[in-house]
Amino acid sequence: MMEGLDDGPDFLSEEDRGLKAINVDLQSDAALQVDISDALSERDKVKFTVHTKSSLPNFKQNEFSVVRQHEEFIWLHDSFVENEDYAGYIIPPAPPRPDFDASREKLQKLGEGEGSMTKEEFTKMKQELEAEYLAIFKKTVAMHEVFLCRVAAHPILRRDLNFHVFLEYNQDLSVRGKNKKEKLEDFFKNMVKSADGVIVSGVKDVDDFFEHERTFLLEYHNRVKDASAKSDRMTRSHKSAADDYNRIGSSLYALGTQDSTDICKFFLKVSELFDKTRKIEARVSADEDLKLSDLLKYYLRESQAAKDLLYRRSRSLVDYENANKALDKARAKNKDVLQAETSQQLCCQKFEKISESAKQELIDFKTRRVAAFRKNLVELAELELKHAKRGWAQWLMPLIPALEVRSSRPQANMGNLQLLQNCLAVLNGDT
Amino acid sequence: MAAEREPPPLGDGKPTDFEDLEDGEDLFTSTVSTLESSPSSPEPASLPAEDISANSNGPKPTEVVLDDDREDLFAEATEEVSLDSPEREPILSSEPSPAVTPVTPTTLIAPRIESKSMSAPVIFDRSREEIEEEANGDIFDIEIGVSDPEKVGDGMNAYMAYRVTTKTSLSMFSKSEFSVKRRFSDFLGLHSKLASKYLHVGYIVPPAPEKSIVGMTKVKVGKEDSSSTEFVEKRRAALERYLQRTVKHPTLLQDPDLRQFLESSELPRAVNTQALSGAGILRMANKAADAVNKMTIKMNESDAWFEEKQQQFENLDQQLRKLHVSVEALVCHRKELSANTAAFAKSAAMLGNSEDHTALSRALSQLAEVEEKIDQLHQEHAFADFYMFSELLSDYIRLIAAVKGVFDHRMKCWQKWEDAQITLLKKREAEAKMMVANKPDKIQQAKNEIREWEAKVQQGERDFEQISKTIRKEVGRFEKERVKDFKTVIIKYLESLVQTQQQLIKYWEAFLPEAKAIA
Repeated sequence: MMEGLDDGPDFLSEEDRGLKAINVDLQSDAALQVDISDALSERDKVKFTVHTKSSLPNFKQNEFSVVRQHEEFIWLHDSFVENEDYAGYIIPPAPPRPDFDASREKLQKLGEGEGSMTKEEFTKMKQELEAEYLAIFKKTVAMHEVFLCRVAAHPILRRDLNFHVFLEYNQDLSVRGKNKKEKLEDFFKNMVKSADGVIVSGVKDVDDFFEHERTFLLEYHNRVKDASAKSDRMTRSHKSAADDYNRIGSSLYALGTQDSTDICKFFLKVSELFDKTRKIEARVSADEDLKLSDLLKYYLRESQAAKDLLYRRSRSLVDYENANKALDKARAKNKDVLQAETSQQLCCQKFEKISESAKQELIDFKTRRVAAFRKNLVELAELELKHAKRGWAQWLMPLIPALEVRSSRPQANMGNLQLLQNCLAVLNGDT
Repeated sequence: MAAEREPPPLGDGKPTDFEDLEDGEDLFTSTVSTLESSPSSPEPASLPAEDISANSNGPKPTEVVLDDDREDLFAEATEEVSLDSPEREPILSSEPSPAVTPVTPTTLIAPRIESKSMSAPVIFDRSREEIEEEANGDIFDIEIGVSDPEKVGDGMNAYMAYRVTTKTSLSMFSKSEFSVKRRFSDFLGLHSKLASKYLHVGYIVPPAPEKSIVGMTKVKVGKEDSSSTEFVEKRRAALERYLQRTVKHPTLLQDPDLRQFLESSELPRAVNTQALSGAGILRMANKAADAVNKMTIKMNESDAWFEEKQQQFENLDQQLRKLHVSVEALVCHRKELSANTAAFAKSAAMLGNSEDHTALSRALSQLAEVEEKIDQLHQEHAFADFYMFSELLSDYIRLIAAVKGVFDHRMKCWQKWEDAQITLLKKREAEAKMMVANKPDKIQQAKNEIREWEAKVQQGERDFEQISKTIRKEVGRFEKERVKDFKTVIIKYLESLVQTQQQLIKYWEAFLPEAKAIA
């Protein structure tokens, strides 16, 4: 029945191996290699096993593993963001929270409705939901892995102490999630930041490069957001159409098992066909999801991180200009000149440091982005072709003559005499 | 005899024709035997056709083979013809006739003699329905089309007029091709007339499409949007299918009302079909009464066949309803998918515009184009899903309701018979009492009544048997039709699936080099 189609939960496996490189173009570096070797999903949390291979002297061993949870990843990310030294770098975006709620709900509903459907239907739907759950699981593992790899690949961030602790310390980091007060603080901080961002962005930049980047990023970010949302919706409706095929297949199967006349054999064959259709469509939608939606989502986050970088730079520029003005005022009044001078120098240094690294970071961002899009688009096209050719053409077309096709277009697809002869042979056998 | 008939579009030989011909013409008789047993006598007429089928790779034995219980020559003929080329050679080469020349399909049709004799291989190009009809031994040659919906009138009194075109070579029609304009209520009127005449004797009268107040109001009001055009198209297709089913029924075809409907240019307005008319309300009352009756009649089913069939139809009804629901969901989702794909395409195009890396920008716009084309594909797919599959299912759900109605009539018939028997018994008892009480005039009256009721009992029995027989035949016919219909539609649907996939392949193949070209 399978006829060469990889089935069930493994349908992500081929893409999975290369998942870490999907959204970012990373050089694998012998000095520090990080990956997530295992993951365990418990009731409401996921435990990731972070595995490190390193030849750096900072670590006690060359190879080791620790268990981490999502909150600890977030802690690491936040520590980067809050670190002033890293203001000039694009901080790799934090991985999204693992969200199994939807899947779990569906599984629950399935369990409740078990009595109302036939056994075949139930097992089919259960398989389907399990595959979905597994897919989400794999995705979240991949996202976390990408984050770690990005940090490991960054020449400055990889040396961060927190990062090393994260990798090595095999006790619980006792990082608790932010409580309500802290979340509220965060919210206000964000508001202030965005208001500030508006003010700061009003300042025209002397440097053309950054000016251009700013306008570009702003527009790009918005459009990526839009594209990502629409792509999501598209893959979701694709998936629900695929699910419908499942139900149709089971109904046809029920029709087919009513009695053993010709038409019932026909129905059974058609129900088989719908099953296969569903599998293919499900895979197509999963691939689209992976290559297109995930790509767009990731670059949504990255472009936000790039925007943040620009904001920090503008902020430091404003600070520098303010320090300049303060210095002028101090010189005019001849009061606290030294203080003003030092603060002005500090601001100047900070600004220049940020500008320099930001330029490089933004150029890298572009290279990475182009490479990632290229890779994903190529893979998307190849996968779509694979499904269309291998999946459909292989089993759909021979199945049609088996169902007694009316070759009203004998010269079209079925120009294949062999196909026709098969058809006739089956016909004679059937009747 | 057959010579008088103009050769119908694609050759029209039928078993009946053969019977006619066989009397006078040995040539054709031996043609028949040639098909059954390979080399017997030189058959120049038959061979070119066989040769043709050897050349054309598209034999269509499918339609004919569908009917198992036809022992007539077509089944065998087709099987002979459907053999692979190598096997066909012996038939041809063993023929001593030197007049065998490969004839192209066109010449097959033109010369009358060939078209008459060689109906079997000519099946290839003919429509399914015609084959079925002639295979059944009926003289069927009628094609109905419903087209050109036109809005007539204005405001709430407006209605859509459809052109009903009939192409036929049957003798009972005065012309061979004619068309009339009909409106929806005319169709309903036709159905109610046929139903009143035939339903209660056991014929399965195909049900007419349903009224839709919402849809029609939109059309009347003049909203020229896609949903109202869709509605009109849906209705037109449903009316066409309805008429085609009706004329396929051999008994209904003979009905003068049907002929009047198809032929006469003016038809009396069927007001009884309006929902709120007196007749409409009467209908609803009748339906309610029937429902109550059904629950109270307890029939002694002497014939297990009927019980089995009724159960089968119940099951079938349920399954089809479930399937219909799923298919409608699929249609809905596909429409959604199409809309979402279009939205994504636009969004991707915008993204491509804002991207400053030229190659990537170009690739993204290409992606947008591909997605747009795919959206078109999805729309067509939805169209296919809907019109073929879903409508077929709803047609059959209504048909099964008609079948159940026929079974119910049988029950009512039985009830009548039973009642007659009971009354007869009572009358006999009354007569016996009269005999005892010795009232001569009353006795005479009683005897008259007894005779009357005896006749009624006999009539009731005959009716019941008649309806049972008719139902059996009808159900057999219905099942055959069902098989055919489902197979055709599903196969058409699959073929459209294949086409969609091939288009998809083309689009993605065009996109791939663009994606690879991103530097």
